[in-house]
Amino acid sequence: MTLTPNLTAHWDEPDSYTVAGYERHNGYVALRKALAMAPEDIIGVVKDSGLRGRGGAGFPTGLKWSFVPQGDAKPHYLVVNADESEPGACKDIPLMLASSQHLIEGMIIACYAFRANHAFVYIRGEVPHVIRRMQLAVRDAYDNGYLGKDILGSGFDLDIVIHSGAGAYICGEETALLDSLEGRRGQPRLKPPFPAVAGLYASPTVVNNVETIMSVPAIIRNGGDWYKSFGTEKSPGIKVFSVAGHVNNPGIFEAPLGITMRELIGYAGGIRDGHELKFWVPGGSSVPLLTEEHLDTPLSYEGMESVGTMLGTATPMVFDETTSVVRAITGWLDFYKHESCGKCTPCREGTWWIDQLLNSLNEGTGKIEDLDTLQDLCKQILGRSFCALGDAAATPYPAALKYFREEFEAGTHTASAELFDPNAPIVFSGVSTS
Amino acid sequence: MAFPDSTRAELESIVARYPQARSALLPMLHLVQSEQGYVSPEAIELCADVLELTPAEVASVASFYTMYKRRPVGKHHIGVCVNPQCGILGGEAIWKALAEDLEIGHDETTPDGEFTIERIECQAACTYAPVVTADWEFMDNATVDSTRDMIEKLRGGEPVESTRGPQIRSFKQTERSLAGFDDGLADEGGNNADAVMLRGLKVAKEQNMPFAEPTATEAGSAS
Repeated sequence: MTLTPNLTAHWDEPDSYTVAGYERHNGYVALRKALAMAPEDIIGVVKDSGLRGRGGAGFPTGLKWSFVPQGDAKPHYLVVNADESEPGACKDIPLMLASSQHLIEGMIIACYAFRANHAFVYIRGEVPHVIRRMQLAVRDAYDNGYLGKDILGSGFDLDIVIHSGAGAYICGEETALLDSLEGRRGQPRLKPPFPAVAGLYASPTVVNNVETIMSVPAIIRNGGDWYKSFGTEKSPGIKVFSVAGHVNNPGIFEAPLGITMRELIGYAGGIRDGHELKFWVPGGSSVPLLTEEHLDTPLSYEGMESVGTMLGTATPMVFDETTSVVRAITGWLDFYKHESCGKCTPCREGTWWIDQLLNSLNEGTGKIEDLDTLQDLCKQILGRSFCALGDAAATPYPAALKYFREEFEAGTHTASAELFDPNAPIVFSGVSTS
Repeated sequence: MAFPDSTRAELESIVARYPQARSALLPMLHLVQSEQGYVSPEAIELCADVLELTPAEVASVASFYTMYKRRPVGKHHIGVCVNPQCGILGGEAIWKALAEDLEIGHDETTPDGEFTIERIECQAACTYAPVVTADWEFMDNATVDSTRDMIEKLRGGEPVESTRGPQIRSFKQTERSLAGFDDGLADEGGNNADAVMLRGLKVAKEQNMPFAEPTATEAGSAS
């Protein structure tokens, strides 16, 4: 399958993020078209396109918008989830740097469709350049009449606020994000009620991922059938894949859903020279890992489900044979332990227990029964935590054990650093391999 | 150090951005941190006063988020991503060298107050692994040598450019930007589309692959 540049089509023009650079390539054409449509017809087009949420869960976007009650006399809000923090994911940050006006146009169309007059972009705090870039995008949009009162003479008003987070992975969970945006600790809320009914300030709120919203203008310009002509039946459309790790040319690749990892690795220049693939993770550390045997499975929601994993953020991480699986999984559990918000017991306690056992296996001091204890712990946490962070923490180990059991067994007598020289997977020179 | 009256005015200007006052709390904490280099008890009281919350309510929020510091941060905050993708590809080696060179550990500051170093989590820059941050600006594709070089230059007051962002300033100045105050640096680096971001587009053009929108292949042909 070939690549299909869409959101990234003009990134080789250094002003792609400006209003002028964007307008040169159909920028704000969709907005003019949308403002002449009935709001419900826009939701219809987005539904027809089959666009699914690009933040990981894959919920149908048009359906989500249609859940916002109309005629309810309450303010409605759009909150763009720009808290990209999933280990492996590197797509929303580049998208906001180079295509910031795409996001603004998509937000205006979305807000017009479900009748919101106030929108927010919640950006993780650790990326100041993205925050200033999006603030500039908002200022420029106001200056050009795309934001504020009576946008393009349509009578529609919209204000956008760029909001900075402060370092908390959990705020990528939509209800934790809303609590954080209300100035509270970022802890998830009980659902229902869902945000579409009671979200920000207990008002109807749509929370959408950056890439999801950016995909909207081209859909409005070209129609739902155009978008659906890409991808698979159940996973329509185009996706921004970030390919990271032990490939010769890591980077951003935009392609229809259903492309395979073998193809993406090929476009990324192949596995690091002189090495071979050991394992890869299709959609962030929160989804089960895969191996060589899955390289030809379509990278679609249903394709990944068919091999026991998930598409997630569609941002694959690649590791070659120099990498210890035990070390990688332990590192991810260190992360989930650190990021657990502490609200619910299975996640708060469970991540510490899993991490403790994994660290002992990583150090070569584990016991053979730990392998089963870990399985049991993961089973106990999965589906029993308050939000998906607990599920995510319970995910890496079982898949790793399935494909690399012998490495975990070796953790009962030998440290991963002895089995796998930690200098061997390093991608720069100057650190000697022993 | 007492806060000047101008700080209160700026905090109130943050409040004015939001439909409900409390939403301003996170950027407000960035602002007070930009003045003192950490979130002091005095800063918590000031935020509480502006928002008509109790200091305990503000402290409960400040203590939840990793970026708010309870002790003064050095002039520069240096982060090394040790999440597995970066950590395995070289982040741990960079961390080891950095900590040994500066003779300090995680979340510690050099005696001269120049550097605070932190083992940080995923920065959403995995295609640039291993990633280091300087005052939270990206230092992509870092190496042990590039990190040493950066430290030497920062120590000597020489300019250091972020790979996707502006010249490195200071931790306090970044915190002010995070509070939402314009620093005039938004255009630094053009669209920041470097070889990594352009990888797929380059392959598509070289191999004459069709773009999603037919008109998109010809610059300026928007219809």
